[in-house]
Amino acid sequence: MTIPSISLSRPDRFASAVLMAVAVLFSCVMCYAADLPALTGRVVDNAGIIDAATRAALTQKLADFETKGSDQIVVATIPSLDGEEIEPYANRLFRFWKLGQAGENNGVLLLVAPNDRKMRIEVGYGLEGTLTDLHTKLIIENDMVPAFRAGDFSGGIGKAVDDMVMVLEGNPEELEARGKRNPADDSTSIDPIFAVFLILWATMFFGGMAMAFLPPMFGTKLSPGVYKWLGMTFRYGRGPSGYSGSGWTTGSSSGSGWSSGSGSGWSSGSSGGGGFSGGGGSSGGGGSSGSW
Amino acid sequence: MFAQRLASPSTFRTLPAFLMMAIVLPLLAGCGYNTIPTAEENARAAWSEVLNQYQRRADLIPNLVETVKGYASHEKDTLDAVVEARAKATQITITPETLKDPEALKKFQDAQAGLTSALSRLIAVSEAYPDLKANQNFLALQAQLEGTENRIAVSRRDYIQAVRDYNLTLRTFPSVLWATFWFRGNEPFANFTVDEDKMQPPKVDFGTKQGG
Repeated sequence: MTIPSISLSRPDRFASAVLMAVAVLFSCVMCYAADLPALTGRVVDNAGIIDAATRAALTQKLADFETKGSDQIVVATIPSLDGEEIEPYANRLFRFWKLGQAGENNGVLLLVAPNDRKMRIEVGYGLEGTLTDLHTKLIIENDMVPAFRAGDFSGGIGKAVDDMVMVLEGNPEELEARGKRNPADDSTSIDPIFAVFLILWATMFFGGMAMAFLPPMFGTKLSPGVYKWLGMTFRYGRGPSGYSGSGWTTGSSSGSGWSSGSGSGWSSGSSGGGGFSGGGGSSGGGGSSGSW
Repeated sequence: MFAQRLASPSTFRTLPAFLMMAIVLPLLAGCGYNTIPTAEENARAAWSEVLNQYQRRADLIPNLVETVKGYASHEKDTLDAVVEARAKATQITITPETLKDPEALKKFQDAQAGLTSALSRLIAVSEAYPDLKANQNFLALQAQLEGTENRIAVSRRDYIQAVRDYNLTLRTFPSVLWATFWFRGNEPFANFTVDEDKMQPPKVDFGTKQGG
């Protein structure tokens, strides 16, 4: 009697341990994500210092600019840095949002922290040569600082964005080339041939595996070596020929279920990405900061 | 059926072995054979980036010194200190092959820290010269230096992270199995100490808080 009781409690304990691990992992992810604001659009005004008209205009302008040259510019305001320096915070936020296209790293983050009276323009690796540290410094000192001192946040940010766009448009051939390399609708990020291959492979691999293990476990036993599961009869011969013969035919029938299931999964996944998101770029700390 | 299988030619008996190999070899990669070399290459790449950024700073300095000299020739001591610290810092280089040596890294780090403090003294001194502060060239150099210091900080953080990952693969299960059986020559890399990072923040304060 003792053996069944142990074998019953062990999966129980194992399951609770797994649940616990998942919960801990999830909470870690949650607390890390809570640390940084979410990328809700091209203008993330968490400090509430940009008026609605400017926000709409900026969003439109930045969206147009991205369709032209694939450069992603994002304006973010946060109430407070909580004692952190603005440089590491901006870099962390930039990498968290993955601004810019994956191969190009052509993102720019304009970050303002009004309670700390600090701002920073963080430039992705790919734009460091075009929008240099000096450009960003001049934009901060000439556009933003005077306007912010006068309390005109919307005006200062608007002017800064205009100037950044102007600098980035200063080299039109390069901008156009970037745009061509990164066409706007890259919704099918997965190569279709690769997807088909993956589905075929998964069908053969998991289908065969499931065929071998699942019917004896979950099916009803008709006679030794013959199981009925999901309306199909599985025959397991002692010899290799018997096993593989019946195995392949039923395998392909169960495989059709697999492929249709995963196919629909892919298509819905790609259509889900309608909103704005980072393209996978990174930053190495280019740009400059200022305060007012 | 049993007799038939015995009678079949030997190629049929080696077929399962081939199939086994075909399945097991890709699994080798899945089991983490590639973990250690990948982490090692990442750490080396991160180190190259650190070197790259320090080199960038060293390249800026002669220009900066010349510009400051034109306006503040009285500050000869400070200028000489910067030139000397730069010469010292550029002499010590660490190739990715010697990354395992904590002593060498310590030396490198000390030399670069010396340059950082000499530079911040120079910038502090230049505050006293309004003509210099208004100079466009100086403003440009200052912006570049500031950006470079920040890039150094970022690349150092990336290197610390990459080395931590690499060292972890050498010490933790299951990749430690590969380390003991296959990659015996791999040793943990030396890392920047986080304490040192906090004691000597690589960020240079240019006094922009007062000046705007």
